[in-house]
Amino acid sequence: MIGLGLLYVIAGVFFAAIAVLGARDAKNPKRWKNTTFWGLFASSFLFGSHLPDVVHGFVVIAMVLTAGIGGLGRGAPAARDPEARRASASRLGNKLFLPALAIPATALLGTFVFKRPELAGLVDPKQATLVSLVLGVFVALSIAMPMLGARPKVPMQEGRRLLDAVGWAAILPQMLAALGAVFAAAGVGTAIGELASTLLPDGSQFAAVVAYTFGMAIFTMIMGNAFAAFPVMTAGIGLPLIVQRFGGDPVIMGAVGMLSGFCGTLMTPMAANFNIVPAALLELPDRNGVIKAQVPTALLVLLANTVLMYVLVFRS
Amino acid sequence: MLSLIGIAVVVLGFMARQNPLLVVTAAALVTGVAGGMEPLEVVATFGRAFKENRYVSVVWVVLPVIGLLERAGLQERARALIGAIHAATAGRLLLLYFVLRQITAALGLTSLGGHAQMVRPLIAPMAEAAAEHHHGPLPEEVRASVRAHAAAADNIALFFGEDIFIAIASILLIKGFLAQNGILVEPLELSVWAIPTALCALLIHGIQMMLFDRHLARMIAEGRR
Repeated sequence: MIGLGLLYVIAGVFFAAIAVLGARDAKNPKRWKNTTFWGLFASSFLFGSHLPDVVHGFVVIAMVLTAGIGGLGRGAPAARDPEARRASASRLGNKLFLPALAIPATALLGTFVFKRPELAGLVDPKQATLVSLVLGVFVALSIAMPMLGARPKVPMQEGRRLLDAVGWAAILPQMLAALGAVFAAAGVGTAIGELASTLLPDGSQFAAVVAYTFGMAIFTMIMGNAFAAFPVMTAGIGLPLIVQRFGGDPVIMGAVGMLSGFCGTLMTPMAANFNIVPAALLELPDRNGVIKAQVPTALLVLLANTVLMYVLVFRS
Repeated sequence: MLSLIGIAVVVLGFMARQNPLLVVTAAALVTGVAGGMEPLEVVATFGRAFKENRYVSVVWVVLPVIGLLERAGLQERARALIGAIHAATAGRLLLLYFVLRQITAALGLTSLGGHAQMVRPLIAPMAEAAAEHHHGPLPEEVRASVRAHAAAADNIALFFGEDIFIAIASILLIKGFLAQNGILVEPLELSVWAIPTALCALLIHGIQMMLFDRHLARMIAEGRR
């Protein structure tokens, strides 16, 4: 069955190729740091399932120290000049969109097709979308490489150019997920719940709603993830106050509460894959540029959520 | 209560603009030890969680294709296409992408967008081209703002669209959490209550995108002064 195992091998080979190409790039003054970093990441994908957890932990710490002190360098793969790109664009025309759109198209198709019962056992149904996305990459490459007459080394060098632009931020989302797990194991959630219930005033439905929606947003900003904040804030405020004391509808509380958390996601560097990674990917001078573009909408939607919850949750 | 020290480490670390990888690792180690775990146990927990979340980073394998197409002029082609459509402005284009992204996310098609696959190669260059078409060459600051808003449109549309789909992770998490507390609900009941917020987000961000072209013109005028 095609599942995460195969995807990890593919990703591991990709990162290993990045490490090797990086090692051969004498123009990058920090090339050995880059090679160490991506090499360790590749080993996490290729051998991670066989390593003891504590060894894996030290692999991660080694990566963090490699990239965290002094940063990584940027290689100098042959980026084509804009003139050549414009000439190529006008020669190829709209055909260029074909491979680009093949990725989402394959991801979409695969998500449906692989869930069909007659194909059960071929692809892990829980990973159908991710498997289809990676399949889409291969479909796109098989269209684009002959079209452009590119040898396999070209996409790998171009991939390295983009990955160098993202840099260490590429592993931040995965790091934050790991941080969430340590927080859970250390009992941070229970501590927050206790804190919240001692601080809240009694008797006010409105205060309870505001504490819950804004608490979801703020705690999501700290944790970087509404999924981590939801159980904590709902056990601390949502269930005991809004539902049990004031008789609110748990369905509306849950739905609007989670969406209040998403408002927090838009406003925090901790939600790295939505906010910090695109800033790096789009080469913005300000690391928080995406967050700044989102704050007005995030705050207004949070206010709207608070009003919606207050108006709707006590009705039924 | 001692385990809350980790949160302080995160907040202070980000405020001091330390490298986020160092901040996160320090917060994990401090939290684990403050929560009563052995240091090696914390390292093992961190290592295991990092391993179990590797799927988050698989998405980077799209970069070789995107890079190859960029080399062949994908961004330039996207720009040329939009530059030829006079009615296209940065605000209208981002609004259109926002609406499409929100609708597809609501249908469960969350992988039709994304920063690496859609925003960098297509949406951001298109929005830049539309802005250039109407305002002339863009100052760096304005260019960065257009790109940032392209990323923002993707995020906001995704967040306030996906919860309308019943099989999305967050809906299942809410259902699971309520079930643990003895409250049984159907995913459909939850996803219906995601619709009011989705409409508010559409209204709020939609108005901002309609005003975005004026905002850009103002930024450029202020820059020239």
